[in-house]
Amino acid sequence: MIRKRYSAIALALSLATAAVSLLAPASVSAQADNQLEVFSWWTSGGEAAALDQLFAGFGARRPSAEIVNATIAGGGGSAARPVLQTRLAGGNPPDTWQVHPGWELLGQYVEAGYVEPITELYQSEGWSQVMPQGLIDTMTRDGQIYAVLAGVHRGNGFWYNKKLLSQHGISVGSSLSFDEFFQAADKLKAAGITPLCVGDSGIWASAELFENTLLGVVGPEKWMGLWNGSVAFDSPEVKQAMTIYGRMLDYQNSDHAALSWDQATKKVMEGSCAFNSMGDWAYGEFHNARLVDNEDFGWVSHPGTDGAFVIVADGFVMARNAPHRENNAEWLKAIGSKETQEAFNPVKGSIPARTDVDRSKFGPYHNWSMDSFKTATLVPSVVHGEAAPAAFQQALNDAVTTFVTNHNVDAFSQALVSGMRAAAPTTGL
Amino acid sequence: MPSMPLAPSREVAAARVQTGQARHISLEHLLPPLILSPSLGALLIFVYIFIGTTFFVSMTNWRTLAIDTSIRQPLFATYGEMFAMPRFQADLRNTVIFTVLFLALAMAVGLVLAILLDHHVLGRAVFRNVFLFPYSLSFIVTGVVWRWIFNPETGVNVLFDITGVNSLLGALGVGPLRPGWLTDPQVVLAVNGALARVFPAAEGLQVQLGIPVALIPTAIAAAWQLSGFAMAMYLAGLSAIPNETREAARMDGASEWQVYRRVVVPMLRPITVSIAVILGHTSLKIFDLIFAMSGVGPGFATDVPGIFVFEQTFKATRYNLGAAASFVMLVLVSAVIVPYLARSLKED
Repeated sequence: MIRKRYSAIALALSLATAAVSLLAPASVSAQADNQLEVFSWWTSGGEAAALDQLFAGFGARRPSAEIVNATIAGGGGSAARPVLQTRLAGGNPPDTWQVHPGWELLGQYVEAGYVEPITELYQSEGWSQVMPQGLIDTMTRDGQIYAVLAGVHRGNGFWYNKKLLSQHGISVGSSLSFDEFFQAADKLKAAGITPLCVGDSGIWASAELFENTLLGVVGPEKWMGLWNGSVAFDSPEVKQAMTIYGRMLDYQNSDHAALSWDQATKKVMEGSCAFNSMGDWAYGEFHNARLVDNEDFGWVSHPGTDGAFVIVADGFVMARNAPHRENNAEWLKAIGSKETQEAFNPVKGSIPARTDVDRSKFGPYHNWSMDSFKTATLVPSVVHGEAAPAAFQQALNDAVTTFVTNHNVDAFSQALVSGMRAAAPTTGL
Repeated sequence: MPSMPLAPSREVAAARVQTGQARHISLEHLLPPLILSPSLGALLIFVYIFIGTTFFVSMTNWRTLAIDTSIRQPLFATYGEMFAMPRFQADLRNTVIFTVLFLALAMAVGLVLAILLDHHVLGRAVFRNVFLFPYSLSFIVTGVVWRWIFNPETGVNVLFDITGVNSLLGALGVGPLRPGWLTDPQVVLAVNGALARVFPAAEGLQVQLGIPVALIPTAIAAAWQLSGFAMAMYLAGLSAIPNETREAARMDGASEWQVYRRVVVPMLRPITVSIAVILGHTSLKIFDLIFAMSGVGPGFATDVPGIFVFEQTFKATRYNLGAAASFVMLVLVSAVIVPYLARSLKED
């Protein structure tokens, strides 16, 4: 009866396989106790070094705790966010993760109930007194605060190669208007120099150029109006900004689509082009190349944006049902502390969210940025997910991708109008 | 195991049917489905139920991180929105153009290589492996390497300069050859005007129907990787064609060209169909090669539905839109696979 016996074995095996596949997930739940899982997309040299400063700040408070560093490489979190979304939807959150304030924090994570308020930390640690109210407002919903910021980048920077400009008899003062930029650009173009460098592989760098130009034309007040619906994307001033943006694109490098943002910054350093509109993470590139502030390179606000400070900030949150709550509270306290902010920000190239830090630890650019942080109107960035839903951010990137090749202002503004409509959280439009 | 009598007596046989042996027979019948059931169950859950779920998600209002399974009204609104997007229109155009370019290139190169290898027996095994080697690479590796090759400032254009091609062209009064490759936003041979004359509805298209120049390098890279596979398939096909057939054609006075044109290539037709189906569905689902090589490209010149799904789902968190685009991809792939499967089932 070999056949019968084999059949029985086969049957048993197949049933066992089925049983194992059904029961397996139940057995994976053991977790070590004294841990902290930190999820971020800080993997490049300077970023990872900055993250280590945060870990050191936490380690000083909880020496015995083990940090699980769940970083996922990929510019701007493009690869990390899908993983995070999957983990949140699956009910398996990391203790804390990197987040931008504004819509990304409030609309994406607070609204969906994935994070807990940390308002009591703001009271017990006295952060409300040392961080600007305008900044805290971008993390507040219904009186509760949901994140603490490690550092703040300024998005509306306009960088230039100082030596190259003076060779062509161009000097830039403490600010630059659109007219002055176009005059300088014509002069450079006539001399065979590419005036503006853009590295828009992945398109967001060109979207950032548009964001800064739009802010420069409409001003901070109407900028905020764009996000609460009181200013439409087909209004005349928005279209005017689009026209100016189109004009600026006429001066950009021909290989822009093949370059990343840092390669474009590098071209400014090498002198193969003159200007670059970029957030102050570009400062890190100049700094790492050992160029000297105000000598080799200079900066102003992007044309028209002197009175504004585009916030591109990185914060951390407390996950709802975080597996290691106690450690996480210490982690957030460490991030908000003066010592950690002073250690983290010079490495990361941003300025502290606290205004009471020792300014001598920072160079000329960051002191300039801290002055702007104190006096300018703080506005959220749309390119970095703070001003509008992710769906609109994507619609903006898509519209910019098309505009860069066809320069059609009407189609551009129409695409943004419908992008805003599609992104509105209401249902059944 | 004692040997059983070959022809059991009638009584024994009757007894078997009446007693325990009846269970044995039914167990014999039940066993195949029982053994298959775990894999059938897995197939049902992980393929068909997931397809159904995707379709369901595409009908819902789910477009933030928070799951929302209410049905969107009017029905199919997400699909309407998607087909009206210039980006998705460009994606469909790119899929068709990429598939045609890539299939034509890969199959032509594969056939030529196979015929050459079939002729020259010396070093055949070595060359067969050399040409098949790219097939073993990951699309990501291919994408990164070919992105460097087609970089307009540092890649193959430098070769035009140092080999003197450009100085020659300059001497002839033609400008230097410096194509923008992956950065070229042009769409050549656009047929929008002609199409609008036939179908007035085509006026509503927001995308130029033509060949995006930046898509050509991606098709070259894909063909480089997969023409070795086409070659291997054709080699197998060629070895199955008996030499007598070719001899007979030659005896009838056919030239070598005619032998191939009239006898060999027509006899390879089943192989050609198989290659077209296998490469065709690879091409319709392509994501990694293009993502690594050029991303969405200038003005969506190299965007494909796979990248659209990824960005709309995970970057824009528009799960319903991503699901709708996935479903359209499934329909596209089915359009290629189902007729092929139906045909091979009929042949069986």
